[in-house]
Amino acid sequence: MSDIVLEARDVTRTFMISGGFMKPKRPLHAVNGIDLRIRQGEVLALVGESGCGKTTLAKMLLGLLPPTNGSLELDGNPIETMDRLRIAQTVQPIFQDPYSSLNPRKSIGSIITLPLKVQGDKDPGTWRKRADEIMELVGLPRRVYNNYPSQLSGGQRQRVAIARALINRPRIVICDEPTSALDVSVQSQILNLLQDLREELGLTYLVISHNLAVVEHMATRVAVMYLGRIVEEEDADTLFDTPKHPYSKALLESVLTPDPSLGVPDTHLGAAYPNPLDMPSGCRFHPRCIKAMTHCSTIAPRKIPFGDGHVECHLYDENEGKGMLAS
Amino acid sequence: MPEKPDSKRVLEVRRLNVEIPVPGGMLRPVQDVSLHVDRGETLCVVGESGCGKSLTSLAIMDLLPSKANRTCDEMQLSGDNVFHIGERAMSDIRGDRMSMIFQEPMTSLNPAYTIGNQLAEALQRHRKVSSDEARERAIYLLEKVGITAAASRLGQYPHQLSGGLRQRVMIAMALMCGPDLIIADEPTTALDVTIQAQILHLLADLQREFRMGMILITHDLGVVARIADRVAVMYAGQVVETGTADQIFNAPQHPYTRGLLDCIPIPGKTKRGARLGAIPGIVPSLVGHMQGCHFASRCPQLHEACKMKNIDLLPTAQSGHVCRCLLTQGSDAAARKAEGAVS
Repeated sequence: MSDIVLEARDVTRTFMISGGFMKPKRPLHAVNGIDLRIRQGEVLALVGESGCGKTTLAKMLLGLLPPTNGSLELDGNPIETMDRLRIAQTVQPIFQDPYSSLNPRKSIGSIITLPLKVQGDKDPGTWRKRADEIMELVGLPRRVYNNYPSQLSGGQRQRVAIARALINRPRIVICDEPTSALDVSVQSQILNLLQDLREELGLTYLVISHNLAVVEHMATRVAVMYLGRIVEEEDADTLFDTPKHPYSKALLESVLTPDPSLGVPDTHLGAAYPNPLDMPSGCRFHPRCIKAMTHCSTIAPRKIPFGDGHVECHLYDENEGKGMLAS
Repeated sequence: MPEKPDSKRVLEVRRLNVEIPVPGGMLRPVQDVSLHVDRGETLCVVGESGCGKSLTSLAIMDLLPSKANRTCDEMQLSGDNVFHIGERAMSDIRGDRMSMIFQEPMTSLNPAYTIGNQLAEALQRHRKVSSDEARERAIYLLEKVGITAAASRLGQYPHQLSGGLRQRVMIAMALMCGPDLIIADEPTTALDVTIQAQILHLLADLQREFRMGMILITHDLGVVARIADRVAVMYAGQVVETGTADQIFNAPQHPYTRGLLDCIPIPGKTKRGARLGAIPGIVPSLVGHMQGCHFASRCPQLHEACKMKNIDLLPTAQSGHVCRCLLTQGSDAAARKAEGAVS
């Protein structure tokens, strides 16, 4: 289909980790065979616990990190054959912490116009005008043009980061935890801004977040990651209304809505996150799964298509888990 | 440890102020804060960064930076004065009768000592016990906080544990002496959502079991709603509203509390993709003296009177619910309504 702007096919990224003094290096499979399609105009959210490979995947999609295996395509062209500048014209990131992602020695104006300089924009005379336009779009007052990041509040800094990402008019924006370093009242401003910009500029977002309330609010599609695999992918309404994978269910249950009549949820997730250097056999989630069956620990589940999405779980495998579905 | 035959009030703080000299004048990060916690009760202090919630807890523990100056009408722990009693006496109380759990367990555990060492030290500093007894108590508490194979964990170092386990160790350490009061400053902020739920569960269970008072400091309204008995909302150095969790979440009085609740997307309630509420403007500087309501510059219901005089924390119509806003305060409220009608 032509409306797929970014596609990952069976992508794997392995890091070699030092095993200790005089010991051989060990492989860490941060991303392990992921298929992902992002369509024009959608907001795809990637959720999962820390260490599940969300950020590694985002870096590969930005062309900052080559995959060990598999292929990545931007508008149908393989990313590894494209040069950096071309990727940067189409895909831009917004990072989590606006306190560390902005150079403290540079003025706001030069931070925002740097992408124009890097792209070798022909007409420096228009830079100031374009910066003013984008600053107005993201709600930054003009007077901060000559200020430095330390003079701005957290929300304003995140607006600078957004302005910098958008000045070259990319089509895809990868937001890695865009609001988790911000206060509640500022978070809502930034979420509103991201929504407005999406409508106004026709942007496509990949949002990485562990805050499921934010994800539910923004996303049109959701991919749930666990230990380097996407265990469930679905459109947002279906996933939030009827999560299928036991891990998706547990994640949704652990969202703390501000309702004083409910207590602290018990997610039954038991032991902590497994060591990614020493992956469990079979289904990776089985040591924490309350519905684990005997063959879960030996056989890795297949990818089972479900409507528009898919789930990786033996419970939904018609050949083996029929009986369990009913319970 | 035997239950002390005291009344049920564990902590009583009245009119606490903190002042810190800074280059531009005097910073007043905590102003006129009054709190109380009963035995077995959880008080959540909620507010955005810079509202003074962490400094309030440090002031109670007497752990402020040395150039900070604190004043207070009253500060009692289970009926005993703990204000300006000297560093010696205070360090006898800290970790014994009240203890603290910090946000980032990696930085608050000593990386050079084993878990067992650090747990035992917490007890041996305050009690005359043998190292065997201390070890036994450490194992007992590690099991209590849900750590399996506790005995073998004692020889491990903090870096060998995951974030969730480290936070459990911190909680066990805070419980070593059986404190009356536990202050948890953002205990789950550095953790994953799934682990967060487990740690909150644990804190709630332990608090019930050991009948402690607990102050939980957080910026996460979801956490507050699920665990708090009572809530104190702080803004710009002041407590602006205190009430039961039910009162704060279902009938918030202060415009700031209401604004804050509008800002968060609530699954199932907020329409997907709809605009969220926002509180325009920024937090005022707390350097120097401030006239009038601290929220005045961002308040959607501002009146002239709000800027004229300092506003006290006064009871609202419901018992136990206090609010620092003219809108909700007796004759003033009537006067303002009248004024609003004229203008």
